[in-house]
Amino acid sequence: MTISTSLVYLIALPLFSSALLLLLGRKADKWGHIFATLVSASVFLLGVTEFFAMQGRDGEARAATQKLFEWISVGSFQVDAALLLDQLSICFVLLISGVGTLIHIYSIAYMSHDRDRRRFFAYLNLFIAAMLLLVLGDSYLNLYVGWEGVGLASYLLIGFWNEKPAYATAAKKAFVANRVGDVGLSLAIMIAFTQFGTVTFAGVKEGASGASAGALTAIGAMLLLAAAGKSAQFPLQSWLGDAMAGPTPVSALIHAATMVTAGVYLITRSNFIFDASPTAQLMVVIVGAITLLFGALIGTAKDDIKKALAASTMSQIGYMILATGLGPVGYAFAIMHLITHGFFKAGMFLGAGSVMHGMNDEVNMRRYGALRKVMPITAATFGLGYLAILGVPPFAGFYSKDKIIETAFDSGGIQGILLGSITLLGAAITAFYMTRVMVLTFAGTKRWDEKAHPHESPFLMWAPMAVLAVGSVASGFLLNSGSALVNWLEPVVNENHEHHSGHLLPPIVVSMMALTVVAIGVAIAVLKYRTVPVVAPEDVLGITKAARKDLYQDSFNEAVFMRPGQKLTAGLVNTDYKVVDGLVRLVGWVIQISASTLRNIQNGYVRSYALIMVLGVIALIAAVWMVTL
Amino acid sequence: MSILTSLQLLPLFGALVIGFLPASNAKLVKQVALAFSLLVTLVSIVMAISFDRNYSGMQFTEVRTWISAFNINYAVGIDGMALVLILMTTILVPVVFLAGWNESENGRWNVKVFYILLLILETMMIGVFSATDVFLFYVIFEAMLLPVYFLIGGYGSGERAAAAMKFLLYSLFGGLLMLAAVIGLYVISTNQGGATFDITRLSQLNIDSTTQNWLFLGFFIAFAIKAPLWPFHTWLPTAAKSATAGTSTLLLGVLDKVGTYGMIRFCMSFFPDATKTFTPAIITLAVISILYGAFLAIGQKDINSLIAFTSISHFGFITLGIFALTSQSLTGAIFYMVNHGFGTAALFLTAGWMIKRRGSSQIADFGGLQRVAPVLAWSFFIAGLSALALPGLSSFVSEFLVLLGAYAKYPVAAILGTLGIILAALYVLLAVQRAIHGETPASSAGITDLNLREKIAIAPVIAILVLLGFYPKPALEVINPTTQTIMTNAGVSDPTAKVVK
Repeated sequence: MTISTSLVYLIALPLFSSALLLLLGRKADKWGHIFATLVSASVFLLGVTEFFAMQGRDGEARAATQKLFEWISVGSFQVDAALLLDQLSICFVLLISGVGTLIHIYSIAYMSHDRDRRRFFAYLNLFIAAMLLLVLGDSYLNLYVGWEGVGLASYLLIGFWNEKPAYATAAKKAFVANRVGDVGLSLAIMIAFTQFGTVTFAGVKEGASGASAGALTAIGAMLLLAAAGKSAQFPLQSWLGDAMAGPTPVSALIHAATMVTAGVYLITRSNFIFDASPTAQLMVVIVGAITLLFGALIGTAKDDIKKALAASTMSQIGYMILATGLGPVGYAFAIMHLITHGFFKAGMFLGAGSVMHGMNDEVNMRRYGALRKVMPITAATFGLGYLAILGVPPFAGFYSKDKIIETAFDSGGIQGILLGSITLLGAAITAFYMTRVMVLTFAGTKRWDEKAHPHESPFLMWAPMAVLAVGSVASGFLLNSGSALVNWLEPVVNENHEHHSGHLLPPIVVSMMALTVVAIGVAIAVLKYRTVPVVAPEDVLGITKAARKDLYQDSFNEAVFMRPGQKLTAGLVNTDYKVVDGLVRLVGWVIQISASTLRNIQNGYVRSYALIMVLGVIALIAAVWMVTL
Repeated sequence: MSILTSLQLLPLFGALVIGFLPASNAKLVKQVALAFSLLVTLVSIVMAISFDRNYSGMQFTEVRTWISAFNINYAVGIDGMALVLILMTTILVPVVFLAGWNESENGRWNVKVFYILLLILETMMIGVFSATDVFLFYVIFEAMLLPVYFLIGGYGSGERAAAAMKFLLYSLFGGLLMLAAVIGLYVISTNQGGATFDITRLSQLNIDSTTQNWLFLGFFIAFAIKAPLWPFHTWLPTAAKSATAGTSTLLLGVLDKVGTYGMIRFCMSFFPDATKTFTPAIITLAVISILYGAFLAIGQKDINSLIAFTSISHFGFITLGIFALTSQSLTGAIFYMVNHGFGTAALFLTAGWMIKRRGSSQIADFGGLQRVAPVLAWSFFIAGLSALALPGLSSFVSEFLVLLGAYAKYPVAAILGTLGIILAALYVLLAVQRAIHGETPASSAGITDLNLREKIAIAPVIAILVLLGFYPKPALEVINPTTQTIMTNAGVSDPTAKVVK
C-alpha cells in the first residue's frame, strides 16, 4: 500500500468549483461553464497521472491510500475520512472524469441558450466530486457520503427544469427511490459494524471469513437493496425512466455511464461478502436476470428516444449485476461491460441529445425518420454505439457482453443453462429494440413536420460524440486483449485462475449463438418497422401495452405503497387532531371553565400562573418541613 | 464568581439595562439587546476554550447556599453535554435577534418587553443546563415557561392566546409531576441521613425499585412532554403555528432539549433500575414518534406545523439514542440535540421569512420561490437537507450514530427508525417542490430575496451545519467523556463485535 498525498484533489477541485459557482451566482455566468469544464479536465489529467503512477508500481504497492482526517470517533466506532485508489477505483476515476469531461464540453453548446447554464455546470461538478468520493472512499461510510451526494446531484439535475411540475416530481421520485436503497446501505453498515467492529473495506474483508452465514447473507441482501436503488434494478427501477426529465447530457453522464453503475461498483467492491455467501449471490443473480429482461421488454415499446435508451440502460446494468453474482470470474466482466457501456451508451445518449437539439426538443421517434441525411455525424457515431451494444465483432459490446453470456452458461447445471438462455434472450430483445431506435430515428422516410429544421449539431457537440464512438469501437478489444482488465483487477476481486471448471460451451459457439439471436432480433425489427405510423397504434399485443406502461411497476407502487401511504397519512392527521389532541382539548376545556372563575377574581394569566407556582412551592416546602420534623 | 455564573447573569444584566432605555427608541433597544447577546456568545466561547476536554466531571462549578433550611443551593457546573447545549443556545440567541429584527413590532406589548423577555429567557436557558441542584433546576424549568408563554401569547400570530395557554397547561402538568418526584427524592435523601438536592449525591441514593419506578415516571413524563414524545406532543404544532419564528426556534431548538437533557441527567443517573425497566416501553414510544412524526409531517399543509412534526420525529431519534445506551447512540443523541437546534433554527427562520413575505403560512400558497428569491430558496433547501440528514451535514453524523448504536442492541427498533429516512426525504422534498420549485405564481412575484441582515443571520447556522458535518470532532470529543461517565454510572458497556480478529 502506497501513501498518497494527491488523491484528495480529485474530489476537492470539483467540489470547490461547484461551491464557487453556486456562491458567486450570476457573477460567474460568463465564465462558469468554461471554468467547470477546465476543472473536470484537470481531474481527468490527475486521474491519468495516477493511473500511470500505478503502472509504475508493482503488486501490493499499486493501491494507494490517503488519510485526510479523523472523521467520526465514538467508542469503538472509528471512521477516518480516507481515500483508497486501487485497481478497481482507478477504472471508475478515469471513466467518471473522462466521460464527465466530454459531457462538460458537449454541454457548453447544448446548454448555450439556457439562462441557468452556470448552475448546470455547478451541479455537474458537484456530481463529479460526489461520484469520485463514492469510488474513492476507503470505508462503507465514506462511500455512503458519495452515494447520497450523487443522489443529491442527480436530484438537482433531473429537476433542473423544475418549472415543469412533472420534472420536479421526477426528481423527487428518483431521490425517494434511491433513499429506499440507502436504507439498505445504512443497514449493511450497521450489521457490518456489529459483526466486525469496523466499516473499512479492508477491515470487513479481513473479518468476513469469520462471520456467520446468516450475517453475511444479511449484509449481502442489504447491499443488493442499495445497489437496486442506485442502479435502477428490479424492484426499484421505476425512477430511471422519469429521470430522463433532466437535460440529455445528464442522462448520458449520470443515468447511463456513471451513477447508475454505482451498484455494480458496490457489489464488486464487496466481493468478499458475496463470495462468502452463495445465498446473497443467488439473490444478485436473480435481480440481475429479472432486470435485464424487464428493461429490454420496456425498451421495445417506448417511442420516446430517451426512455428507450433508459430502458436499455436498466437492462444492460442488469447484465452487469448478473455478472457480479457469478462469483470471482464475473466481477471483471461486469466492470468491463460497465466501461464499454459507459462509452457506447453515453455516446448514444449524446446522439439522442444531438437529434433533439436539431428537432426542437422533439423526443418522439415516430416523428423522426431519415435523419441520417441531415445529421450524418450523429447518425454515424450513434450507429457505432448501436453496433457496440448489439455485440457485433469487433465492437466493444462483443467482448464484454459475450463474456457475461459465457460466464452465465458456465455457472453450472440447470442454473447455468437458464441464465445463459436469459442472457441470450436479452441479447435478442436488445437487438430488436436498438434496431427499432436506429430505424425509427435515422432510416426510413422523414416523418417530421415542416416546422422542424433538423440540422447537424455544432463541433462542440459532435466532437465528444466522436470520441465516445471511438471508445465504442475499440474499448472492448483493448480491455480484453491479453485479459488486460481481468489481470489488472485480479488483486481486488481475488480471481483465482486455477478454479476454472472448463466451459460448458466453447466460446466460439456462444459467440455464434449470440450473433444468431442478434441477427434474428435485427431482422424482426427491420421487417416490422418498414413503415412507421406517426401515431402509435392501439391494437397491439398485451405485452406491448404492458411495456409501454413500464410493465406496471408504477401502478404497482401506487397501489401498494403510495395510495395506502396517503390514506395512512390522512388518517393519522385526522386521528392526531380528533383523538390525541381531542383528549387534551377536553381536559383544557374543563380547566378553562374552572379557570374562568379564577380569572374573575385574579384577572390575568400572570397572576393565575403565579398563584399555581406559589401553591406548588408551598406544597414543596410544606412536604419538606413535615419530613424534617 | 465563576465564568459560568457570569455567563448566566450577563443576559439578565442586559435585560436590566434595556429596562432603563426609552421604549420609544426601538432601534436602540434592539441594538443593545443584540450587543448583549453577542457578548454572551463571546463569553461562552471563551468558556468553551478553557473547558478541559479530558476531564469528565463537572467544570466551572460554584456552590452558594440558597435556602439553608432545606439544604437548597445555587449549585452550577457543566460537563461536555451541558457545554455543547449552552454553546448552541448562546449562538442561536443573536441569530434569532438578527433574523427577526422586526418581529417584535406587532405585539401586544412594546419592543422593550420583547427583548427583556428574550434576555431573561437566555439566562434561564443557560441556567437550566448548568444547574447541579435539582431544586434549582426545577425552579428554572418551571420559571422558563413564563417568558415563553408571554412571547407566544404576546407576539405570536393567529390564535396565539389559545396556543400559549395550551403550551402552559401541558408544561404545568408535567412540572407538577416532576415536583412530586423531586419532593420524593428529597424525602428519601432525608431518610437516608443527608437531606440534599445535589445531583451527584442524589444519584448515589439507594432506592427500592417500586419507588424508583414512580419517581422515574414523574421525571420522565415531564421530560416527554417537554421533548415532546408521542403521545404528549399535541401542544407543539399549535405553539409552532402561532409563535414568531424566533420564539419557535428557541422553543424547539433549545427549550425542548431540556426534556431530552433531563432524561439523561436525571432519569438515567437517579433511577438506573427503573431506566432498565422502562427502556423497552420508551424505545417503542421513540420509534412511534419517529414514524408518526414523519407521517404527520407529510400530511401537513401549514409550513410551521410541518416543521413541528419533523421535530417530533427527530426527538424520537434522540430518545432512541439515549435509551439504547451505547457509546455511539448516546453520543449521537447528544450531538443530535445540537444539530437539531441549528437545523430547526434554519427551517423556522427561513420559513418565517417566507411567511412574512407571502403573508401566508400555507405551503400551497408558495411556489417558484427559486426564481424570485434564490438565496432564501437555497437556505430553505439546505435546512431541509439537514432535516433529512444528508451526509455532509452535521445531522447525518448524529442520526447515523444513533441508528448504528441502537442497532447493536435493538435491531428491530433501529430498522424501523432507518425507514424514517425515506419518510424524511418525502416530507422535505414535497415541501421543497411545492414551495420553491415550479413556475412563480403572480401572487409570489413580488417576494424579495434575503437582505444583508437576514443573510448574516442565516450564514453562521448553515456554516455550522456544514462544518460539523465534515468535521464533527470538536463536538464529539467534548461529548464522548460525558457519554462514558453516564455509561459507567449505569453499569453498561458496549456490545462487542461478534467476529473477533
